[in-house]
Amino acid sequence: MLRGFALLDGTATGGMRQNHQLALVDGAAVGAGRFLRADISSIFEQVLGHPVQIDDNTDIVEDLGMDSLGVMNFVMAIEDFYDISIPLDRIAQIETVGDLIHAVEDLRSGTPA
Amino acid sequence: MTILAKHSASKLAYDNLHAHGVDVRFDDILSPTEGMLNGRRTILLGTNNYLGLTFDADCIERAVEATRRQGTGTTGSRVANGTYDGHMKLEQALATFYGREHAMVFSTGYQANLGVLSALVGRGDHLMLDADSHASIYDGSRLGGSEVIRFRHNSPDDLYKRLRRLEGAPGDRLIVVEGIYSMLGDTAPLKEIAAVKRETGAYLLVDEAHSLGVLGETGRGLAEAAGVEADVDFIVGTFSKSLGSVGGFCVSDSPDFDVMRIISRPYMFTASLPPGVVASTLEALVKLQAEPELRVSLMRNARRLYDGLVAMGFETGPEANPIVAVAMPDQETAVIFWKMLLEAGLYLNLAVPPATPSHVRLLRTSVSAAHTSAQIDTALAIFADVGRRLGFLTSDRRRAGGAV
Repeated sequence: MLRGFALLDGTATGGMRQNHQLALVDGAAVGAGRFLRADISSIFEQVLGHPVQIDDNTDIVEDLGMDSLGVMNFVMAIEDFYDISIPLDRIAQIETVGDLIHAVEDLRSGTPA
Repeated sequence: MTILAKHSASKLAYDNLHAHGVDVRFDDILSPTEGMLNGRRTILLGTNNYLGLTFDADCIERAVEATRRQGTGTTGSRVANGTYDGHMKLEQALATFYGREHAMVFSTGYQANLGVLSALVGRGDHLMLDADSHASIYDGSRLGGSEVIRFRHNSPDDLYKRLRRLEGAPGDRLIVVEGIYSMLGDTAPLKEIAAVKRETGAYLLVDEAHSLGVLGETGRGLAEAAGVEADVDFIVGTFSKSLGSVGGFCVSDSPDFDVMRIISRPYMFTASLPPGVVASTLEALVKLQAEPELRVSLMRNARRLYDGLVAMGFETGPEANPIVAVAMPDQETAVIFWKMLLEAGLYLNLAVPPATPSHVRLLRTSVSAAHTSAQIDTALAIFADVGRRLGFLTSDRRRAGGAV
């Protein structure tokens, strides 16, 4: 049997499991914004498969050229890494890397979305 | 600049598809499995008409009788002048069929999801959606104002992890999955999801839109097939697939179920189903139960099509269900392949952006109990011919276009 497609049958999670490994290695380093930025940068690179230059103003869709599958994989990788769930309405508000860092910080500190 | 200029990217995609001539207008529909398209007799292999009941003589007769007796429309909502004896009978018949206390009928399947989800969870609650959920589920999730969390498609582990993260947070949790997912035809791992539901104290809703009349010994859907009906708190479904009409429903044993009739806005603020639709649906529900051989023919056709496509080397979804999707490597190939199938007399669904997420390019088929084996074989022969002409079935292409 030929198995289905990335995302649609869950095979897209392969890449995310690697990120989870990364979480085990680097998890202790998170907490401050600059550490978050470094972690997020490496997760971007894993999802996109190439190095990226990011700062707080980087637009995740426009500047990094992510399609909807890419964004979803990326968000799920971030969620695994930080052991959080980012609610959909919160995801909708995230445009830049700075927005994302802010959301992750909020959710990690238990601030309501 | 117009007010719609903000959708320029979608317009571009739409114009591009339009230029390829992908708009389908049926000149006529001849049977559940054949239509006239561009002056040509065409096999219908993508109409969700699982049991082929759209032309059932008794269903048509009931619809005609009811229309003659009660008119073409109710011209009112269920809570005003739009509740007739037929609506009540249909709700009773659905409740009896599912062995549940309560049933509610909506004017479309889309509205059923909007109406039920928005009533069940609101501000402070947590809605757990499979990432591949149908648009009606996503839209319904916004209407209620609950927190919406998406879990990986068909991953009970990811669902569990996300429910665990919510430990200690107030509010109800509602898990929503589908019996058969509409694009790839794969089923939810419902046994495992039911176990997560029990362990975490969440509620569980299953949308059986594509599985009613298709799965389960008596056709009640995936919950029946997986043996977990007792764990499913709410079942939502539609009349516009196996029952051959239009409309949606929800059944449940929840004791205060009927309060939804005055809080569910997609139920209250829309006209109710016309008497003819209600009557044909009632009759179709009788047929679904009285003629289990329809499901046997349906699954035999599904298997025949699936096995044939796999044997040719096409990349299909994971399960031989009545929805069989064939993956296309890119948009251009998908459109050309689809057009060539159509020119050869085979209609199916072209599933490409903007109607789907940007990475999804599928030729989506759905079989019917009404298809003959000869029609399935003709469809397979057309697939083989087009596949060969596009160089699709050479081993090179198979490697390139490739199975994941």
